[in-house]
Amino acid sequence: MSLKMPPPDQAVLARRSEIIAALERLVAADAVISESAALRPYESDALTAYRQPPMVVVLPETVQQVSAVLAWCDGQGVKVVPRGSGTSLSGGALPLADAVLLGMARFNRILDISYADRVAVVQPGVTNLAITQAVEEAGFYYAPDPSSQIACSIGGNVAENSGGVHCLKYGLTTHNVLGIELVLMDGEIMRLGGRQLDPAGLDLLGVVVGSEGLLGVVTEVTVRILPRPEGARAALIGFPSVESAGQCVADVIAAGIIPAGMEMMDKKAIHAAEAFVHVGYPLEVEALLIVEVDGAAAECDELIERIADIARSNRAITLRLSSNEQERLGFWAGRKAAFPAVGRIAPDYYCMDGTIPRRRLAQVLHRMEELAVRYGLGIANVFHAGDGNLHPLILYDANQPGQLERAEAFGRDILRLCVEVGGVLTGEHGVGVEKRDLMPEMFNATDLAHQQRLKCAFDPDLLLNPGKVFPTLHRCAELGRMHVHHGESRYPDLPRF
Amino acid sequence: MTTLAPTSTSELRDAIGGAVAAGAKLEIRAGGSKADIGAERAVTLLDLRGFCGVVDYDPAELVLTVKPGTPLTQIEALVTGENQSLAFEPWDHGPLFSRPPGVATIGGVIAAGVAGPDRLARGSARDHLLGFTAVSGRAEVFVAGGRVIKNVTGYDLPKLMAASWGRLAAMTELTLRVCPRPQATATMALEGLGASEAVAAMTRAMGSSAEVSAAAHLPAALRAGPALTLFRLPGFERSVVARCAKMAEWLRPHGALHRVPQTEADTLWGAVRQVAPLGPEGSIWRIHVPPSRAPTVVQVLEPLGAQWLFDWAGGLIWVRLQAHAEQIRATAAAAGGHATLVRAPRELRNAVPALHPRSRVVSALEARIRRAFDPAGVFETGRFLD
Ligand SMILES: Cc1cc2nc3c(=O)[nH]c(=O)nc-3n(C[C@H](O)[C@H](O)[C@H](O)COP(=O)(O)OP(=O)(O)OC[C@H]3O[C@@H](n4cnc5c(N)ncnc54)[C@H](O)[C@@H]3O)c2cc1C
Repeated sequence: MSLKMPPPDQAVLARRSEIIAALERLVAADAVISESAALRPYESDALTAYRQPPMVVVLPETVQQVSAVLAWCDGQGVKVVPRGSGTSLSGGALPLADAVLLGMARFNRILDISYADRVAVVQPGVTNLAITQAVEEAGFYYAPDPSSQIACSIGGNVAENSGGVHCLKYGLTTHNVLGIELVLMDGEIMRLGGRQLDPAGLDLLGVVVGSEGLLGVVTEVTVRILPRPEGARAALIGFPSVESAGQCVADVIAAGIIPAGMEMMDKKAIHAAEAFVHVGYPLEVEALLIVEVDGAAAECDELIERIADIARSNRAITLRLSSNEQERLGFWAGRKAAFPAVGRIAPDYYCMDGTIPRRRLAQVLHRMEELAVRYGLGIANVFHAGDGNLHPLILYDANQPGQLERAEAFGRDILRLCVEVGGVLTGEHGVGVEKRDLMPEMFNATDLAHQQRLKCAFDPDLLLNPGKVFPTLHRCAELGRMHVHHGESRYPDLPRF
Repeated sequence: MTTLAPTSTSELRDAIGGAVAAGAKLEIRAGGSKADIGAERAVTLLDLRGFCGVVDYDPAELVLTVKPGTPLTQIEALVTGENQSLAFEPWDHGPLFSRPPGVATIGGVIAAGVAGPDRLARGSARDHLLGFTAVSGRAEVFVAGGRVIKNVTGYDLPKLMAASWGRLAAMTELTLRVCPRPQATATMALEGLGASEAVAAMTRAMGSSAEVSAAAHLPAALRAGPALTLFRLPGFERSVVARCAKMAEWLRPHGALHRVPQTEADTLWGAVRQVAPLGPEGSIWRIHVPPSRAPTVVQVLEPLGAQWLFDWAGGLIWVRLQAHAEQIRATAAAAGGHATLVRAPRELRNAVPALHPRSRVVSALEARIRRAFDPAGVFETGRFLD
């Protein structure tokens, strides 16, 4: 593992039993986990290549307990790593040897549902899917749907600004959250946003969403819920080349259609998925597109026909339109199982998450093939085609010496490529520890300093989830200094006030 | 008032750096359509109209990069030409202050978080700003966000920059998400409803699968005729027709829904968006509440003489009322929301902060964030009385 985390603070490690005893006074007796065997389940999130048992795990149940734990740790200079369900793919919830792991699993209640205001107020440990389940009887749902939705927590979704296959039309988490309760590292409890649209002052909620657990601990979330669309239809379209599939995607959008979902798979992914779930994916095609539209029956029927026409004009070689729910779900079954399916064709796979301008797709896929040859590793691609979010899956075998390191290096080159063509390092999985050291590919030192000063405004001692997102940790005092640029002042006579 | 009018990033850095060194206060301004919001202030104007033009527009990618001083009208014409739109419906505040129309710029509407009726379903300025380049109060150039629709790399500073009222940094380039323009749009209306009935009907509509993008209510007091509750349904022609038919059924308990002819509808939505029915005179407040609480707010304010209209299915209440600032703020807060003082005579604006006061902890955090971007307070003009 090539990752370097901040060196553990030996003075903190030496005080471990004292710290555990102090935490036991702040939360329920069964809410502090310190035995080494019991710590093991927490040693990684879903980026399992990186593991580190935490110093101790705390499982608070109330916002007062969260506040007390954070304030105590802040006062003692002890680091804290928040954790939801541990499904992060970027190592955002990776523990530190000298940090308290703050597990939010016990915040598992749905607090209020208002159909009049179309919101649900939930605790952060509630799973994404549980929100939809709580409101579906009334015909509503929570729109962002990460593939991990049965397990991932809404608190984790807020921290990662998670997306899903439907986010082209319905947005990411940030577009669907109206308010949160947040506890800062110093224990201050605050509410940002509410049940109304737009905050009164700075959009602090907007920056906390996607802040990867570095700014504060989320203890309550108010999400928007939407009425379920009346229906949905999907098209399953096979293309002779990646280029024609990519052009089809561009043409759909140019026709003014924003599909509910638009997913692409390359040949390797198609074959892996078909071998796994046997849903009748065409095997002779180079690229497969699933396009879903939702809404009123008239809307779905009209749009699916338009999409079919666009597909034909882009030389589609297979084209199926769903005529019932079973068929529609069948089209999705292979895509939804793509990750585990790829898991069957290689001992290990490493999932990447860059975004590119869509027009560069073919070029990027070809460059990835070249890289695959250079690194001697296989690659399969699934792709949120509508918004340019790539998920290349690098195939490797962790038991072969050197392969993990090669896979990591391959992944880094893919992300550099994404940035080079005008894209970004991560579309939905977050920077975490995984892409931390690549941040300079996208941002220079001044850009990063501006971001890190925001961190300083929330957590001046850098105790909350350190070692994530930022490649270098500058002390806040150092960042705060101002070296004003004077230049040749063209404006010598500014009035003073 | 001194005005600085830089035309390049290096001139902009000089201007900000010079102001910091001189201890001056800078107000970032372009068209000035919102200059009458907030308290009077003695400042040096930092005019960004020199940063004008389109940097990159790729309709197929749904992404547009522009300079902040570009007039909104120019951007609207550009995207309309490609059959696209800014889905958050930004609008020109000029006429609200009896200023000539057409001066609002894209930088200004983003920095003030301006959005129109479709914000209800399609997001606000903050949801459409994907990335930016700016010069902070440290006189340093920095970028944040990206030029693609989906991006979670680093903090989402574009969210913070939208609606920051020029208090953090001067943007020199903005990347926006654009959307396809709907093929057709129908407006359906109910007549004669009171505030509670209108909110009930709008709630019903928003809870249905009719995909209503905007819902507004104009009470009888603002009209020559009966009260009007409006629903906008965009989409492809066939789908719009089908959804309108369904809507009529769903809303039957609330009255007979009729379709408003297109030109009349455009005029009505334009009026709602620009708050025209509240007239050119008097103080205007913008109250954001959970929609279900809107009727209670107007029940309290009407006896004080308030004129009002609802947008965002009740989530936005525009109120015209001369005095009673404290009561307006208290009523908004009691309903779980907040109130912005948009238009008011000088004395009121100098006494009452434009933005609703935040809690102690939130204000303190906001202040720390402003100092992070602007340590010397060069953008602290006193406009917001904090
Ligand atoms: C099979 C699989 C499929 C996936 N599919 C998708 C997908 O389609 N789209 C997508 O976007 N992601 C996807 N993910 C990634 C992951 O599920 C999301 O990032 C998810 O939001 C993480 O939630 P979690 O509760 O597991 O958080 P964790 O992994 O526990 O933590 C993630 C981050 O959030 C922070 N955090 C957690 N809770 C809080 C809190 N209450 N307050 C403050 N910070 C907190 C942590 O410190 C950490 O930085 C997938 C993951 C897997 C394993």
